[in-house]
Amino acid sequence: MRLKRNGPAVSEPPAKVTAKATGAPPIYLRFFSWSAIALVFVPALAGTVYMFPMAFGGEGGWLQPFATLFGVPGIWTSILLSLWIGLVATAFSVALTSLFFAAFAQTRAVSVLSGLIRPLLAIPHAAAAFGMLFLVAPSGFLMRLVAPLLGFQHPPDWLLVNDPAGLSLAAGLALKETPFLFFVVLAALPQIDRRLTITAATLGYGRIWGFLLSAFPALYVQIRLPIIAVIAYSTSSVDMAMILGPQLPPVLSVQIPRLMNDPDLSLRMAASAGAIVQLAITALAIGVWLLGERMAISAFRSLSTRGFRLRGDGALRSAILVVSAWTFLVTYLGLGLLLLWSVAASWRFPDLFPSHFTLDGWLSPGSDLISLVWRSVALGIASALIAMIMAVGALELEYRRGRPIAGGGWLSLYLPLLLPQIVFVSGLSFLFLSLGWDANIFAVAAVHLVFVFPYVYLTLAASWHHFDRRYLDIARSLGKPPFMALVEVRLPILLAPLLTACALGFAVSIAQYLPTLLIGAGRLPTLTTEAVALSSGGNRRLIGVYALLQALLPFIAFALAGLGPRFVWRNRLALSGPVREISGRSA
Amino acid sequence: MTGKGLLLDHLCVSLHGQSLFEVTTCVKPGEVLSIMGPSGSGKSTLINAIIGLLPSVFALTGRIELDGMSLIGLPVERRRVGVLFQDPLLFPHFSVGQNIAFGLPRSIKGKARDEAVARLLSAVELEGFAERDPFTLSGGQKARVALLRVLAAEPCALLLDEPFSKLDPALRQSVRDLVFAETRRRELPVLMVTHDRDDAAAAGGGVLHLGEAG
Repeated sequence: MRLKRNGPAVSEPPAKVTAKATGAPPIYLRFFSWSAIALVFVPALAGTVYMFPMAFGGEGGWLQPFATLFGVPGIWTSILLSLWIGLVATAFSVALTSLFFAAFAQTRAVSVLSGLIRPLLAIPHAAAAFGMLFLVAPSGFLMRLVAPLLGFQHPPDWLLVNDPAGLSLAAGLALKETPFLFFVVLAALPQIDRRLTITAATLGYGRIWGFLLSAFPALYVQIRLPIIAVIAYSTSSVDMAMILGPQLPPVLSVQIPRLMNDPDLSLRMAASAGAIVQLAITALAIGVWLLGERMAISAFRSLSTRGFRLRGDGALRSAILVVSAWTFLVTYLGLGLLLLWSVAASWRFPDLFPSHFTLDGWLSPGSDLISLVWRSVALGIASALIAMIMAVGALELEYRRGRPIAGGGWLSLYLPLLLPQIVFVSGLSFLFLSLGWDANIFAVAAVHLVFVFPYVYLTLAASWHHFDRRYLDIARSLGKPPFMALVEVRLPILLAPLLTACALGFAVSIAQYLPTLLIGAGRLPTLTTEAVALSSGGNRRLIGVYALLQALLPFIAFALAGLGPRFVWRNRLALSGPVREISGRSA
Repeated sequence: MTGKGLLLDHLCVSLHGQSLFEVTTCVKPGEVLSIMGPSGSGKSTLINAIIGLLPSVFALTGRIELDGMSLIGLPVERRRVGVLFQDPLLFPHFSVGQNIAFGLPRSIKGKARDEAVARLLSAVELEGFAERDPFTLSGGQKARVALLRVLAAEPCALLLDEPFSKLDPALRQSVRDLVFAETRRRELPVLMVTHDRDDAAAAGGGVLHLGEAG
């Protein structure tokens, strides 16, 4: 028995083989890394690139579409509105999220509110916007509450929604983006060492200021990319802007599809130019944000070492709690109002509740509600399932290779979330039109997948990487090849996160307005496109029915995803009980 | 040098050209070789090299032979080397019986599988536990089921990676005795990584020190 440590090379090595953990990944797995790139990255990039030749051309010279665009009345207002609304909504969401966690990290408030936000993430933007509309409009619920005090017999002529400055739209965007950022921070928070904040507290710093000084910089780095995605979304949202946004003129992202549908061909070309301008606006907003970030950092640096303790922050903390809770409650109140409106036969202005009820909205909803639901569900299930299979394949490949999937890493996944939808979805719709794929349900599903896959992948990746790989090592040492270890051990144990990721993918697909409308060429309506289309009509009962159904479908998906493991693993406490200890390494 | 047992011949694992250790030893059937050494001395790397789970950043030279057959280049699932970790790691989605059946070779079919599981369970005083949820077992019971699962696969060698370190002292001895009794009865060569001198003493075999203390 001999042993040498760090010994010299053996004079006559009997054999030299490089052993690998699992050998080269099989071809079918490599297919998945390419499929993720081909089905997510390529469409986003191709759609964007395709807009450029469309925008620069025409009979009047290569800048003619831009000249036409800037001749459209109010276009500069539209452009400035997009920039302003996107930045205000993002700044509000980021500020509220940061202050909330600064004030309440490691308290019960976090666990209570995090229970409230999960369902909010699943609610489509359009449904949330309609709910807010029914709450704050001049004839909305809030005005009905105060009408007796102010002596109103009729809704006041105030622009509480669709205001020309876009404040209601910014508020609506913040209602959806704040829960998203809360969710992102909740995921990042465990990686922040809580002893930092304790240290700040023992040095006499107030709770909020102490957190901002000690823990926030590391936290901000983790949520920076999602914030940029929020800017991209907020500067270019279409469905929410159609419901809550200014009307004359609307924001740029609403103006573009209007121009696109104009019978005047030169205005259609101007729409392409508008898409390029939209891209620039979003880039500019991100640039402004990054600049503001730099200024905030240097201000923060000079303030942080001056010794301000800011101990008396009790009132501020209360205010933060009230604003946060209100931000979340608005959406829930809105859902309640959607339900009431959907069954209201008559609901006169100052009355708090409808005086008569009817089920007409549900029983004879005008268009073919069942086929709308069916198409929405089919698109959701198809894109969520395909995204899940792709994500499992990509993650398994990462595991076998011991490194992330090839091809640009995070950029290839995040690209669709960082680009304005209106730009590359318009590009794709023109591209598909020229290929004859317009109004093709498979093309619509494919474009849904562009948005569904990143969410499914990112959700699943967390659980996948947490999984204790020794389970797989044991399965293999017991004689099971890698594929069997995946199918018989990893996937069943990860049933709960797999179903949750699927439900999230389904919710993302249900919420898609623009891709469904443009790629479907308006001929493949879903609940979402029909609900948004109703916004111009003002039939509140029908809006209630459509928007509520739209919100209900993701809820059902999440409920099923929650019940699934409890039923399948009802005799396996580790996987169905209150404590799911198993997906992580216990040590 | 060929014959029964686990042979490591000039087994050297290196990382970026730097060799971590070089081992030459032979573990005979029924024998237990204890491997001791400070953390970072490469104990887990040695275990991984023998199981076939060495990450590809490591380079391996030398021979690993089990009962005269070279293991090098074979995938994990064809090496017939069983492993027990410090956690029992029973599959949470299987019953106790399914966990053990998961290890049984394919050649045992149908009812014979259930009978084999029952026979294994009764040998460690766990009759009637086949339908139980592993979550409901005590620590000692889990350790015994984990042992049965690895033995069910009829391995030709067994590697123990600090297998008793998480058991409380009273249980520790009984589980240890059970493991060594079974491996001796089945004439398995055993390699055990441990921090505990009592484990090494109870094993009764040789001790290999990886790295110098410190």
